[in-house]
Amino acid sequence: MAERERSHTRPRGAVFVPRAQVMSAADVHRATTRMAHEIAERNRGLEKVVLVGLQTGGVSLAEQLAATLAEVEGASIPVGTLDVAFYRDDIGLRPVLPEAATDISFDLTGTTVVLVDDVLFTGRTIRAALNALGEYGRAQVVELAVMVDRGHRELPIRPDYVGKNLPTRRDEMVDVSADGVSLGELVTR
Amino acid sequence: MSPFPAHLLSMDDLSPDDIGQVLAVADSFAEVGRRANPKVPTLRGRTVATLFFEDSTRTRLSFETAAKRMSADVLSFAAGSSSLKKGESLRDTVETIEAIGIDAVIIRHASSGVPARVAQWVDHCSVVNAGDGWHQHPTQALLDLYTVRQALGGGDAGLTRFEGLQVLIVGDVRHSRVARSQVTAYAALGAEVTLVAPATLLPPSLEGWPVVAVSHRLDDVLEKADVVSLLRVQSERGSGAFVPTLREYTAGFGLTARRAAQLQPDAVILHPGPIVRGVEIASDVAELPASLITEQVSNGVAVRMAVLFLLLGQGPVEGVHRA
Amino acid sequence: MLVVGDRVVEVGTVDAPPKGSVELDAAGCVVAPGLVDLHTHLRQPGREESETVATGARAASLGGFTAVVAMPNTEPALDSAESVRNVLDLATAATAEVAVAGAISVGREGLRLAPMAEMAQLGVRLFTDDGAGVQSAGLMRRALEYATGLGVTLAQHCEDATLAADGAMHEGGWSSRLGIPGTPALAEEVMVARDLALVRATGARIHFLHLSTAGSIELVRRAKADGLDVTAEAAPHHFTLTDACAAGYDPVFKVSPPLRPASDVAAVKAGLTDGTIDAIATDHAPHAPEVKDLPFDQAPPGMLGLQTALALALTELDLPLARILALMSWQPAAICRLDPAHGGGQGGPVAPGAMANLCVIDPGAVWTVDPSALASRSRNTPYGGRKLTGRVRHTLFRGEPVVVDGEARR
Repeated sequence: MAERERSHTRPRGAVFVPRAQVMSAADVHRATTRMAHEIAERNRGLEKVVLVGLQTGGVSLAEQLAATLAEVEGASIPVGTLDVAFYRDDIGLRPVLPEAATDISFDLTGTTVVLVDDVLFTGRTIRAALNALGEYGRAQVVELAVMVDRGHRELPIRPDYVGKNLPTRRDEMVDVSADGVSLGELVTR
Repeated sequence: MSPFPAHLLSMDDLSPDDIGQVLAVADSFAEVGRRANPKVPTLRGRTVATLFFEDSTRTRLSFETAAKRMSADVLSFAAGSSSLKKGESLRDTVETIEAIGIDAVIIRHASSGVPARVAQWVDHCSVVNAGDGWHQHPTQALLDLYTVRQALGGGDAGLTRFEGLQVLIVGDVRHSRVARSQVTAYAALGAEVTLVAPATLLPPSLEGWPVVAVSHRLDDVLEKADVVSLLRVQSERGSGAFVPTLREYTAGFGLTARRAAQLQPDAVILHPGPIVRGVEIASDVAELPASLITEQVSNGVAVRMAVLFLLLGQGPVEGVHRA
Repeated sequence: MLVVGDRVVEVGTVDAPPKGSVELDAAGCVVAPGLVDLHTHLRQPGREESETVATGARAASLGGFTAVVAMPNTEPALDSAESVRNVLDLATAATAEVAVAGAISVGREGLRLAPMAEMAQLGVRLFTDDGAGVQSAGLMRRALEYATGLGVTLAQHCEDATLAADGAMHEGGWSSRLGIPGTPALAEEVMVARDLALVRATGARIHFLHLSTAGSIELVRRAKADGLDVTAEAAPHHFTLTDACAAGYDPVFKVSPPLRPASDVAAVKAGLTDGTIDAIATDHAPHAPEVKDLPFDQAPPGMLGLQTALALALTELDLPLARILALMSWQPAAICRLDPAHGGGQGGPVAPGAMANLCVIDPGAVWTVDPSALASRSRNTPYGGRKLTGRVRHTLFRGEPVVVDGEARR
């Protein structure tokens, strides 16, 4: 889900109403494959690469990337999951519960960490993720892979691998799921 | 989902959903605790104060560690310090708290109801009851639940296994705030609670208590127990006058090695500590794998971090539904 | 009605009021004999921060009382002629008559008899160790015998200390859930039963203070049916509040005997209706905020009562006004021997020649209790914010209007 969704600023009883499908399931699959190839290419091999998926939207994408990389390059890439609830800069302003405990069971020191998320929006989640990552060792390089970049950055954060660039209005919402990517709105009941 | 309560004064304040939330969030904080640097910036800029009118280094340290691991500023007022004279007006203490600008105050007091009174008077502060008289000790019950859930496999699956779980609460229920919190806590998750105590150590009335049974003979009910939760014999709270001798108490209600051998293979043993070896529990029984006493202590910090996070780390609560 | 000096002179129509008469408007009101409180704590000497004879008397006047019986659990206790004389002297300037109840035992310790004859010489007619009951059956028997010889009455605060055992509220479902030590109904009933047996054996008279349980009231009911010389009182809080009030741990609801469950409250009301209970007595127990504001189990027990008692009786009891006046005026006056100056014609209309101790009651006036507006030095009323019906408009004490239009004159 998009960053805005993760921040849970919904009025009570609001519902996501999709208006247009911008990527089909097949489109998502192709984009994933392409990004996997890009990761391998940019890093000239995968010995130091690890994938860290952000809860919850980035986890399955990270797993997909790992699977594709294993198929294509024959490499087994370590995958971790990261929950940034405790690192957000808006704690106390909106309710954010951790979705699941962070699971990074390997030392990140000297690695190239590819952070993976479904939607990149204001950049605040990624900034929190960078802070959190620091607890697990000093990565050599951190890269960012997202399925959708929807614009409206509030911090100087940019992705390295993008599935689709999708211009959006601020009040719109982006939903990423196994069925594809849709653009829609929050409607209050 | 309804908002988490503003204060944690009693297990009665928490719905089963709230309890589930505390335990789930505690999992995340347990992971934090396993790191080399077990610290997150979650409560940076917030001030948490401990106000312990009754001494308890262990519980106070557990709360203070929890707050510090979330980068909160911690102020600590302990019994015996000149600022907490016995008989000093509670109201004055509360005004001081508000004036300093404390976000959460964790109170332990020998008199029931003190945290509730403080909560009635404060405007901007969350009150956590760390034990008031005989009344409640909610974070103890929560960490007990967390420990048992862990033994049941953890996660949501572990939570569902509380349904029908056979829990014995053994000892001085009459004078125990831990027992009162535990009864509510276990029953809220669907467990079946049996109180085991000499007749004089049960409360004068069990009206409204969600227990399924009461027994005066521990040996009769041991075999079916999944959880044996032992209480302290509290001489400082008057248990002594209610049973003729501690020896008689141990003979009837102590978890001796012989009794421990009668437990089911998967049964677990809990105790809020500090244990009095040879009274409530035999020394060697405390060391058995079934005894989760040390896990309770280590889980205490994560559970208390979860409580502070849920009290302080959230703004107005809203929910979203997918169309 | 015309009052001249300290006497009622004319009742009915007053054709020609003398020049210079003060006129008090009593339209829509009932003119009644002044109320008599059998049970007030004036706190002087020793606890003047909570109340004094003067402030307590003022509160009494505002509540329609022209006489109160001051309890002896002051510091020091009123267990000697000297200490009694001290309070009587303080009371000469008060706006109500202050009768003193002397202690039964020295220091109220329950060990030795206090000099009751010396105190009786000063006019003391009622003796009690109130605040505590006389624990020793042997001492109580001796006290009853001695009192009979003197022609005075003993009053008992029925509470067996070993059963009550530091209880701070009624022992029951609420105390068990709230984790507050409880005092069982048994603690009161055991002493009521004991004292009735002693009365039966000695032929003495006894008055039971603040009865609060169904069991106690039933014991008294049977004793009266058997012809024993027994009277009893109940306090307004025991027919208007229950032990559930302690749920918020507010010490304003802490009182001894404690608030009881609804079944006991119903029994108190029934006792007031069928005559088992002879009087409503306030047990006015002021505690300054700094004294009362402690954790529930540590706070001193007691509530204010003088200014709310009549209104509570009128609002909450389903009894005619005349019956309520019997319970609050002439019956208590008879028990503490303040009749006929107080209590008027014992149920008859206020007649010419009677002492002008009167209260003028507006039975329909609706008002809200404001703790900060009460005359007491203390604020510990559990009725803050409560709407009541029935208010005292004027009070005359020995002919002097000490309360006019709801305001104390001095």
